[in-house]
Amino acid sequence: MATTLDQTIARRQRTLGGAILGSQTFWVLVAVILACLFLSFATDSFATAKNLYNITRNVTFVAIIALGMTLVIITGGIDLSVGSVLCLCSMVLAVTMHAGYGIGTGIAVSVATALVIGAFNGILIAYLGFPPFVVTLGMLSVARSLAMVASNNTVVFEFGPDHDKLLALGGGSTFGVANPVIYMVVLALLTGFVLRWTRIGRYIYAIGGNEQAAMATGLPVRPIKVCVYMISALSAGVAGIIQTGWLGAVTTNIGAGMELQVIAAAVIGGANLAGGAGTAFGALVGAALIEVIRNSLGLLGINAFWQGTFIGSATILAVLFDRIRNFRRSE
Amino acid sequence: MGRLVVLLELSNISKHFGAIQAVNDISLSFEAGQVVGLMGDNGAGKSTLVKMIAGNYRPSHGTMRINGNDIVLHRPIEARQFGIEIVHQDLALCDNLSAAANVFLGRELRRGIGPFRVLDYKAMYRRAGEIFKELRSETRARDLVKQMSGGQRQAVAIARTMISEAKIVLMDEPTAAISVRQVAEVLHLIRELRARGILVVLISHRMPDVFDVADRVVVMRRGRKVADKPIAQTSPEEVTGLITGAIEGG
Repeated sequence: MATTLDQTIARRQRTLGGAILGSQTFWVLVAVILACLFLSFATDSFATAKNLYNITRNVTFVAIIALGMTLVIITGGIDLSVGSVLCLCSMVLAVTMHAGYGIGTGIAVSVATALVIGAFNGILIAYLGFPPFVVTLGMLSVARSLAMVASNNTVVFEFGPDHDKLLALGGGSTFGVANPVIYMVVLALLTGFVLRWTRIGRYIYAIGGNEQAAMATGLPVRPIKVCVYMISALSAGVAGIIQTGWLGAVTTNIGAGMELQVIAAAVIGGANLAGGAGTAFGALVGAALIEVIRNSLGLLGINAFWQGTFIGSATILAVLFDRIRNFRRSE
Repeated sequence: MGRLVVLLELSNISKHFGAIQAVNDISLSFEAGQVVGLMGDNGAGKSTLVKMIAGNYRPSHGTMRINGNDIVLHRPIEARQFGIEIVHQDLALCDNLSAAANVFLGRELRRGIGPFRVLDYKAMYRRAGEIFKELRSETRARDLVKQMSGGQRQAVAIARTMISEAKIVLMDEPTAAISVRQVAEVLHLIRELRARGILVVLISHRMPDVFDVADRVVVMRRGRKVADKPIAQTSPEEVTGLITGAIEGG
C-alpha cells in the first residue's frame, strides 16, 4: 500500500539515534572518553582522585565562559573581550574587597562591571551596526588596561575582612567536588534550559539562522543581541570571581589569550561561527577536550610548548568532520 | 453565485519617492476567496503597491479600507493585526530551525503556569502537522527547513500565514526559481488558501501560473492600472500586450 499523506507528515526524518550519531558534540565526547581511558592505562597519575579533581576544576573557567560565548556565536557574533573582562572583573572584586568592603559588595560591583561592558558591546553591535569583531577587539584592549589602572598594575592577594570567604567560594569543595564544578554544572543546566525551552532561546537560534527573517517576523532582535553580549561578559565576570577565589591572588595578566581557548571550546563543541548552531552541553564537552589535552601532555611528559599545536589541531579537526558531513549531504 | 463581500478596497492610491511616481492613482477592490494576479514589467509599481498593503510604505495619497473601515498602516505589524500577511520572495525562513519552529516563530505555543512557561514542542508539531495536512503538502513538521525543497519551503511560509488566520495573503513571485513539479505544488497551495475564503494577491511574471490559478488579473504599467479583468475574458497575448504597452489599456 502506498504511504498516505498522513504517514508522510507524521514520519520523523531523523531518529533519536541518527541525530546523536550525526552530532559533532557526540563524537567529541567519544574522543574525550577515549582519551581518558587511554590515559588511565598509559599513566599512573591520570586516574587518581587528585588529578581528576584538578581536571574537573580547571575545565570550569573556560567552560563557564564558553557557555556565554556559545550564545553569542549562535547569534552569528563573536566576543573577543572575554579574557580581558575576566581580568577586569577579578581586579574590581579584588580591589573592592582589599579596600575593606565585604564579599557581597565585591561581587555586586564585579558583576555590575561585567554587565556594563556587555551592554556597551551589545548596544554598539545591535543598535549601531558595528561589527562584533571590531567592538570586542577594542574592548579586549580597554578592559585589560582598566584592570591595570584599577590596581596600578600590582598583584592583589589580600581581600580584606571576607578574605577567607572568597577563598572558600572558589577554592573549596562540597562532597568531594570542587565548588567551581558545581557552579559550572548549574550554569550549564540553566543555559541549556533557556536554549531549548524558552522563547528567547528559540529567538537566539532564529537570529543566527536568518537575522532578516527574525526582524521581518517582528522578533526583538536588537534587545536579544544586547542580551547575549551581556550574558557573555557576565559569564567572564563569574569565571573571574571564581578564579580569584581559587588562585587567591589577582595579577593583570590573568585571562590573557583565554578568548581563543573559549572560542575553541565552543567551536569544538559544535557551535558554528556562521551562526545558528551550538549547545550548552557542547560548550562543556569542548572545554573538557581542551583540558584533557592540556593535562595529558603534562602527564605524558611532552613539552608544554606543544599544547597550542594540539589544541589548535583539535579545533580544526572537529570542524573538519562537520565539513565532511556537509559535503556528503550536498552531493 | 451571489456577489462577494468587498474585503479590501484601495481608492486613488498614489506613492511617490521624491520626483519618482511609483504608483499613480490606483483604485482596486478585492473580494474574499479570490486569487488576483498582479502583473507588470519590472518597475511597473507592483512591489510598491503590495508594500503599501503590507504596511511597509505609507501611500502619499489615497485611502485603504478593510471591510468598509478606513485603515492607516504605519508598520508591517499593524497590517498583520488586520489579517494581512505577506509571503516574501526570499521566504524569510530560518534554515536552521524545524518547519514547526518556523511556522510558529514569534507566536510560539507554550505550556505551564504564569511566568514558568516552556515551549510546547508537542503541540507545535501537532498543529503544524495538521496545517500541512490541510494544505495537502508533504511537509514534515520536525524536518529542518534547510533540507527542504522549494515547494515545501513555500508550504512552511504559507502555513505561517494560516497560523495567524490571515484574511489576505500577498505572495511575491512564489513560483520564481523553483522546479516545474514544485510550481504545481505551490499553485495547489494557493487554491487551498482560496478554498478557505482567503484573498490571495499573486505577484508574478509567469503568465502560465497566473492563468492557471487566478480568477482575475490586474495589469500595471508605469505606476498605473492598465487593466483589471476576469481571467476568462482575457488571454495571455492580451496581457502581454498590456504589460509591454503594445495594447493601450484603460
